Amino acid sequence: MAPLDTGIGAAVRRREDARFLTGRGTYTDDINRPGQAHAYILRSPHAHATIKKVDIKKAKSSPGVIAVYTGEDFKPINGVPCGWLVTGKNNKPMIEPKHPIIAEGKARHVGDPVAVVIAETKAEARDAAEKIDIDYGALPAVVDMKAALKGGGKSVHDAAPDNLCFDWELGDKAATDAAFAKAAHVTTLDLVNNRLVPNALEPRAAIGDYDKATGEHTLYTTSQNPHVIRLLMGAFVLGIPEHKLRVVSPDVGGGFGSKIYHYAEEALVTWAAKQLGRPVKWTADRSESFMSDAHGRDHVSHVELALDKDNKFLGFRFETLANMGAYLSTFAPCIPTYLHGTLLAGNYSTPAIHTNVKAVFTNTVPVDAYRGAGRPEATFMIERVIDKAARELKTDPAELRRKNYIKPEQFPYQTPVALMYDIGNYGATLDQVLKLSDPGGYAQRKAASKAKGKLRGRGIASYIEACGIAPSNVVGSLGARAGLYEAATVRVNPTGSVVVFTGSHSHGQGHETTFAQVVSSMLGIPMESIEISHGDTNRVPFGMGTYGSRSIAVGGTAIHNAVNKIIAKGKKIAAHMLEAAEADIEFKNGKFTVAGTDRSKAFGEIALAAYVPHKYPLETVEPGLDETAFYDPKNFTFPAGSYVCEVEVDPDTGVVEIQSFAAADDFGRIINPMIVEGQVHGGLAQGIGQALTEACVYDKNGQLQTGSFMDYCMPRAQDVPNFKVAHSVTACTHNPLGVKGCGEAGAIGAPPTVINAIVDALQEYGVEHIDMPATPHRVWKAIQDAKARKR
Amino acid sequence: MPTVKMTVNGKAVSAEVEARTLLVNLLREKLGLTGTHVGCDTSQCGACVVHIDGKSVKSCTTLALQAEGTKVTTIEGLANGEKLHPMQEAFRDNHGLQCGFCTPGMVMSAICLVKETPNPTEKQVRDGLEGNICRCTGYHNIVQAVLAGAKAMRG
Ligand code: FES
Ligand code: FES
Repeated sequence: MAPLDTGIGAAVRRREDARFLTGRGTYTDDINRPGQAHAYILRSPHAHATIKKVDIKKAKSSPGVIAVYTGEDFKPINGVPCGWLVTGKNNKPMIEPKHPIIAEGKARHVGDPVAVVIAETKAEARDAAEKIDIDYGALPAVVDMKAALKGGGKSVHDAAPDNLCFDWELGDKAATDAAFAKAAHVTTLDLVNNRLVPNALEPRAAIGDYDKATGEHTLYTTSQNPHVIRLLMGAFVLGIPEHKLRVVSPDVGGGFGSKIYHYAEEALVTWAAKQLGRPVKWTADRSESFMSDAHGRDHVSHVELALDKDNKFLGFRFETLANMGAYLSTFAPCIPTYLHGTLLAGNYSTPAIHTNVKAVFTNTVPVDAYRGAGRPEATFMIERVIDKAARELKTDPAELRRKNYIKPEQFPYQTPVALMYDIGNYGATLDQVLKLSDPGGYAQRKAASKAKGKLRGRGIASYIEACGIAPSNVVGSLGARAGLYEAATVRVNPTGSVVVFTGSHSHGQGHETTFAQVVSSMLGIPMESIEISHGDTNRVPFGMGTYGSRSIAVGGTAIHNAVNKIIAKGKKIAAHMLEAAEADIEFKNGKFTVAGTDRSKAFGEIALAAYVPHKYPLETVEPGLDETAFYDPKNFTFPAGSYVCEVEVDPDTGVVEIQSFAAADDFGRIINPMIVEGQVHGGLAQGIGQALTEACVYDKNGQLQTGSFMDYCMPRAQDVPNFKVAHSVTACTHNPLGVKGCGEAGAIGAPPTVINAIVDALQEYGVEHIDMPATPHRVWKAIQDAKARKR
Repeated sequence: MPTVKMTVNGKAVSAEVEARTLLVNLLREKLGLTGTHVGCDTSQCGACVVHIDGKSVKSCTTLALQAEGTKVTTIEGLANGEKLHPMQEAFRDNHGLQCGFCTPGMVMSAICLVKETPNPTEKQVRDGLEGNICRCTGYHNIVQAVLAGAKAMRG
């Protein structure tokens, strides 16, 4: 590799920052098309109601109104499709009701679209929407999952009378039951993984544009994966073939999963633009985001851990109810199953594991992947029950974990829940986090807290995640309705500059920097000569997008492989030019050299020759230097780590303050440590948010109680500490860069770490568990309840 | 429709607006200054922060007419040609941004914070950014950036 200070491993400053820092980014709402009209969506105020009559007369004659559409107009159009078919027990496929663009006859959650007004300005559209008169027949809402499964005449969908979407299991039940039967100790725990609202800071937006002359549709949208939207919306909803549909996702202001899915609004503006012969723009208000972006988590679980007399894990047993919301979002069914059940071995060699997941329809916003997606829920169950076991067995929680870790020599390790971990060293990250977090000084810090009237607690947790999603044949056999490879084209221009077209999409991850570093390292050319192009289906040949920490492992490998094709072709050209055998050509530091000689051609000379092929092997080699690679990963990648957190609890008020947070991760090889650390920080803050402040709350009537930043508590700068972050490296064994991915780790590992610390702080009261978010009220109440029990 | 006049990034502007038009809509839609963002509808996130007469203000909660006769500075008006403001520079050096959506408001708030507290502690920075939400960075690097920016602004 070239000795450039911008190559792999260098903390290169980000190239995208120049535009973002000067206000020159182009987010979807910054785009305005000539003649554009504005859409405003009227949403159901009821969680569950029949729509008896919609009167749009007054709205239609309201100033500036161009059109008003209702569910009737969309009846002939397909609903929003689901991208994953989960098959449950007894081969029973999930129930998959239509998810209409605009509600047909019935509204199923607060925020379900019931009509849309298109007008000259957004304000006029909004004014007109107020004049739509809807006769609703309110129905009792299905909110609580346990109650939902009893049915009792309350069904979100007629097709699922007891509201069960699927009943799925994984693992050997008989072997697991046998393990529990012979256990020396069993620890059990009931817990909730709280519903979250992703809240990327940029609200979703979409602009539909239609060119009558060419018949081409263009959709500008806040998406993490424009090609996936082209496929889902084009093929399954509107019937627009790929060559007539361009999807552009320009700068996108954060996603965290919530911008993976195909949303109704995208289809709506695309369809309306053609009807009206004018571009149509829709931008969500934040309150609209709260009731229309897919939410995350929302599991209710029962967990059991069996140990033998030496504290070795014998078995894990899990029962989970997973909320699907009112309709199936794009990836919803795979989150509590293949991204959750398969992770239930954690970092441990436990011989028997069984899980049962029931997915439930409720009158709430659809639930889908949110940063971590299934893996935070899995990790929370495992790491909480281990912590409780350590306390019951009066053993050190770190050492109980260490004792049960899969050891480095056990890799590749086949878990009892389908995955094959390729490599890891969990003891190394544990040692590293212990070193970072000064366990030796803890007693002193605890005493100092006590002197201030505060209770100090220390929590630890380990995590593993499956990233680099995913081998297409594997996910295909599990119900995925798409492949999960990635594509890249590397185009070398005649003067030697390079454009990389990648199917990965950057919405904060810094791909324009990281990917350029990979190419710069491989080709030995400066970053300035490399452009990374993404987010436009008319420029990028194909792509599956960015989610599941897959960009570097899958997208990066596609780029790597395409660059290697460039180098291979360059060698052929160089061999001809240098009159040497192809096998004798070496490529290093940007030069093609005849091995053992000083005869060489620079990369730029080869590029020029490829486009001006005068002295060129035209009989055997095509002109041009432009290569595409599709990379389908051979396995998932398995980042892992251990985190330690110390908290102070004020026993009088229940206020929890994080005093320190240390994270040690193994992401495999790291391309840009600055960017990786930033990803860890961001994930940690979201995990801490889940643990301490964030909760999406519905009342028993299905009304969203947390519908704005006024009542949904986003973590602010004051709520999170400075983070201590370190890495150790076991290189991924099955991709050429040795990379694993880092985007979700913090959000996965932080919640159990924080809760373990709080429970530790409350030991003198004998508190065993506290549900997230551990708000002051909850903590205070846990203390009061514990005191009452003791009396 | 009433006309409003003000100076934006050093240029005199005059525009017809509805009484209900917010300053952020004037900036984004009429003046094409799309660097100022809208992240919420409850005056919580700070993506829309601009300076009015040197003070940071949420432009989503200010009527355009209220800015009559003032000097407004947006993120587009901070750099001097290609030379970034020291706070912009500090955000870049400290990786204080990821998706960039909160960034304009964050930078504008940070500058005002430092003008009021030239040598802030970490806690003062965290408290001072209470009105700005970032979903990406976990704030760690933003705080580092503001501390570094403050140092650079002190000269
Ligand atoms: S847009 Fe959120 S505070 Fe102004
Ligand atoms: S950088 Fe994305 S919200 Fe702050």
